[in-house]
Amino acid sequence: MAKRIDVHGLTAYYGAHKAIEDITMHVEPTSVTAFIGPSGCGKSTLLRTLNRMHEVTPGGRVEGKVLLDNEDLYGPEVDPVAVRRTVGMVFQRPNPFPTMSIYDNVAAGLRLNGIRYRKSELDDIVERNLRGANLWHEVKDRLNRPGSGLSGGQQQRLCIARAIAVEPEVLLMDEPCSALDPISTLAIEDLIDKLKTRYTIVIVTHNMQQAARVSDRTAFFNLPAVGRPGRLIEVDATEKIFSNPSVPDTEDYISGRFG
Amino acid sequence: MNATTQRHPGGASRRAARLGDRIFAGLAKGSGITLLLTMAAVAVFLTVRATLALREDEGNFLTTFEWRTGGEDPEFGIAVLLFGTAASSLIAMLLAVPVAVGIALFLTHYAPRRLAAPIAWLVDLLAAVPSIVYGLWGALYLVPRLTGCYEWLDGAFGWTGVLSYAGAPARSLMTVGILLAVMILPIVTSVTREVFRQTPRATQEAALALGATRWEVVRMTVLPFGRSGIVSASMLGLGRALGETMAVATVLSPSFLIHASLLDSGGGTFAQNIASQFKEADTAGRDALIASGLVLFLLTLLVNGAARLIIARRREYAGAAL
Repeated sequence: MAKRIDVHGLTAYYGAHKAIEDITMHVEPTSVTAFIGPSGCGKSTLLRTLNRMHEVTPGGRVEGKVLLDNEDLYGPEVDPVAVRRTVGMVFQRPNPFPTMSIYDNVAAGLRLNGIRYRKSELDDIVERNLRGANLWHEVKDRLNRPGSGLSGGQQQRLCIARAIAVEPEVLLMDEPCSALDPISTLAIEDLIDKLKTRYTIVIVTHNMQQAARVSDRTAFFNLPAVGRPGRLIEVDATEKIFSNPSVPDTEDYISGRFG
Repeated sequence: MNATTQRHPGGASRRAARLGDRIFAGLAKGSGITLLLTMAAVAVFLTVRATLALREDEGNFLTTFEWRTGGEDPEFGIAVLLFGTAASSLIAMLLAVPVAVGIALFLTHYAPRRLAAPIAWLVDLLAAVPSIVYGLWGALYLVPRLTGCYEWLDGAFGWTGVLSYAGAPARSLMTVGILLAVMILPIVTSVTREVFRQTPRATQEAALALGATRWEVVRMTVLPFGRSGIVSASMLGLGRALGETMAVATVLSPSFLIHASLLDSGGGTFAQNIASQFKEADTAGRDALIASGLVLFLLTLLVNGAARLIIARRREYAGAAL
């Protein structure tokens, strides 16, 4: 189910502006990879190239390759809609569909696939994924209430349930805890730990303790100067990055000397 | 003492500001009260005149197919007007709202930006055309050209009765409905467009990231988010259609009959009837017209109330959009 990602010489643009340049790295299946680095270094941009969401932004385009188990996501025959069904995404701010109930939010992706589910089947899937997102006990009595009535942390777990309900192979998380309080953050981190046994997870975070807590591998990005494209500085086992990184810049960033 | 003066360095100007506040509050309150008084005066005037007319009416005001206000035992009723107004406005809504929603979707989610702005401008331009011009266009251009169209409708759907056509000039409620549709299109389009444009980016990205196609994004996020906006836009359009006077009076050939067919000439609407009869009416006749105007007012009120109910029922789902 979980797949490996290989990024090859990837460069991404916003119009004429080059946001990231020549990134080459890989992401291991069934593990958590964290992207860290100062603001503007392009870690979110890179994340969004992994499910072809980057090109949704006006002017967004990409050069290079992203291989998902040796299949190029940017190949000429590839439908970006199909890519996004395989590679799920959780955003920085919780964004449940405001016009839908909790139940419908979880079922939203399934209904897109055009398969007709029986009510009982759909009930099972919704329950399983809400349990999977550690949210079931909090919402089981109000599945027909709007998702926007939940707390921020609950909304974010609802978004995770929505993303995993379509059984993606990879789950991308763009600073999923940055709008949440510490308790909700802990709940999400526990959830990530549980999900990594089934999914390939990539998480962008500004919180280095979080990267150290949840990830198996960490990639550090930096930009040489303001206005220049961001670059991958190094990627390695999280323990190594946080104890004995190979590049001095990484150590400076992690020890808080800049960024 | 010194500290106090320092804390209020501009004591004089602060007092002046408070005076300004008081003047503004007085003005605002005064305007509010004036508005209420004006409304009350209009309401009293209309109700008194309408009551006078109703007392004279020998027929049933709701069911009589007749508008004879002069002379001995006047007999008049609004049945034909109510039907004509409702039917023509309904036709206009059925034709205009889907087209307007389509245009708004195209402008906000499909058209390239270079194309969207001029098209939006053209649609807005339709709203600037005076209604008498629409009326002339309808009477001189639309009516002769619709005859063929109605003959075809008669051939295909004549058996329903509603769409049968006897062949006279097409100065019918259907023609009025089509004309009204064109007239309300710009307002419905521009309000819907504004609402669609406000669909949160985050919600649309959520749908995209789930693997939604462009149409699915529209169906999952834009349309539900804009639902109450579509309703209010439609009601704005309906308000205009219900009250439209000159264009209807120019196109329709009025008669106090309800045809089974919407395509046959004849019928009337509240506003058109008032405009056509007001000049020649005596005092009693004008009172009768005022009574019919009051019904139109109540109808509009009812429609607006219904729209508010629809919007309020969905409110809890509409909020909390980031």
